[in-house]
Amino acid sequence: MKRLALIAALLTAGPALAEPARVISLGGAVTEIVAALGAEDRLVARDTTSEYPEAITKLPDVGYVRALSAEGVLALAPDLILAEATAGPPEAVETLKAAGVDFVALPGDPSVQGVREKIAVVGAALDRKEEAQALTASFDAEMDAVRKSAGAVATPKRVLFVLSLQNGRVMAGGEGSSAEAIIELAGGVNAATGLAGYKPVTDEAILAADPDVILTMDREGEMAVTERDILAHPALGQTRAARGGALVAMDGMLLLGFGPRTPQAAQALHAALYPEAEG
Amino acid sequence: MAMTSLALLVAIRSPCAPLRLGLIALLVIAAALSLGTGAAGVSLPQVLGQCLTGAEISTRDRVVLLDIRLPRLVMGLMVGAALAVAGAVMQGLFRNPLADPGIIGVGAGAGLGAVAMIVLSGFLPAAIAAFFGTWLVPVAAFGGAWTATLLLYRVASRSGQVSIATLLLAGIALAALAGALTGILTYLADDTQLRDLTFWGMGSLAGASDMKLLVGGLLIGPALILTPRLARGLNALALGEATAAHMGHDIERLKHRAVIGVAALAGAAVAMAGGIGFVGIVVPHLLRIAGGPDHKTLLVDAALLGAALLVLADLIARLVVAPAELPIGIVTAILGAPVFLWILIRRQGLGGV
Repeated sequence: MKRLALIAALLTAGPALAEPARVISLGGAVTEIVAALGAEDRLVARDTTSEYPEAITKLPDVGYVRALSAEGVLALAPDLILAEATAGPPEAVETLKAAGVDFVALPGDPSVQGVREKIAVVGAALDRKEEAQALTASFDAEMDAVRKSAGAVATPKRVLFVLSLQNGRVMAGGEGSSAEAIIELAGGVNAATGLAGYKPVTDEAILAADPDVILTMDREGEMAVTERDILAHPALGQTRAARGGALVAMDGMLLLGFGPRTPQAAQALHAALYPEAEG
Repeated sequence: MAMTSLALLVAIRSPCAPLRLGLIALLVIAAALSLGTGAAGVSLPQVLGQCLTGAEISTRDRVVLLDIRLPRLVMGLMVGAALAVAGAVMQGLFRNPLADPGIIGVGAGAGLGAVAMIVLSGFLPAAIAAFFGTWLVPVAAFGGAWTATLLLYRVASRSGQVSIATLLLAGIALAALAGALTGILTYLADDTQLRDLTFWGMGSLAGASDMKLLVGGLLIGPALILTPRLARGLNALALGEATAAHMGHDIERLKHRAVIGVAALAGAAVAMAGGIGFVGIVVPHLLRIAGGPDHKTLLVDAALLGAALLVLADLIARLVVAPAELPIGIVTAILGAPVFLWILIRRQGLGGV
């Protein structure tokens, strides 16, 4: 183990031995925190969901965070793995620990408190506690600003988050979903009530909910939900949102990732929900 | 390794056909490749050399070889052999080249069990969940497979006689029911669980622990050793149930043993590795083309070829997207389905398929 750490340190000519030199980050938010702490150069690999900042997409991709390959990860000779709480399968995680890799599982709540905890744990693991405190402080300040804007809203808008629209079937973000959390931070109200997580909703329920705004992820390809799709949909097209043209599309990872960029996401969503307040 | 020595033993005992020798060679090559290749780039000759010269092997190399590749190889051998032999037995029993363990509800039952555990484990009393730990899903899958098979066998039995036609039809109905229940659970699942159950359905040899191999081996090992005893009966059955009975075979006992054997083999294989398709169909077919339909050789050869092919498929699964890995069920289906089509086109008119 000591020998291994020594070899790794020699190979990469990293700084001090106390600072892990070869880090693998699993989970989009985790990677964003590592980058925000200025430790991006120590990353040697990432998972499929890590797509920000752009530069890290050039790193090798170890696959989906719940279906890791123990040998594939070991091949990259990491000395520290920072992982979302959901990383697995458990056997692969056990094997990695047995191989002497420091494996840190992070708390995984899609909430403001969850982000603060993640920053603290990542900062401690990377031995960058001061940077972590600074990041938390700026995060809190930005969050306060968002809360102020959100608090000033007199009549909150009712927002429907549409995850996907396949064959005319609407998959919406229900109660307890990360979409609901960000809508509430931005000073809106989730229009999809009575379902937990991301679930298909019937057309009638959409008509009954009659959201003021329809929120989607702006992505390309097969899974994209375009404005045309929404307007042509029998139920979505009849809602107040569609009639008034209140359709908002935002980057999925920014919107739902719950990392250091969450205040930015909430602020941007707030501005999109209440354009009149900005003007 | 145990499998290889067992294979050698069988080969020495029976008059040795070139086919059998070829299969053993293929198995040995596959095993060596599997141990010596991988994302981590640890090479077998190098580590063996270090062993011989007494040089110290690094922790990482030891973990890669002994904790990752070796258990995976053993699991691949067991699961591949089990799936192929189970397929061959089912095809003999149903006298239908399209039969596979899925017909007696093994796949649907195991799938339902696994999905139920993935989705509902949160509702289990903490003590039970803690007791089973990571075993929850495999145990549930095995339980599901056995429950489905026993239920089906019960439905198809009337006064001590098992109707093969009823077994087939009831199997379709039961698979539909299990599919519907799985659908309800899929609906209830959250995002993470959805990803988990999708991956389970595509199979993987990852996560082979010593304990898993021991328990799986206790089920698959004896079943593999005992199934060749069914060969004479299955050969006779090929002539029809009545003829086989006239030849002095106890047909009911044969059916009973075949179903139990298949449930043990396929149930354990599915519980260990999830849904892996096409091995059970393609392997026996290839062997019938190469060596004829005699179950005496077919059942042993199927174990050898099934083991070798699954180990090779796992090698592909581990290497193509390294450092990530592909679910092995995708590999077997991508390779197996075209081969199966090719067999069908080649054999058109034969066997009435």
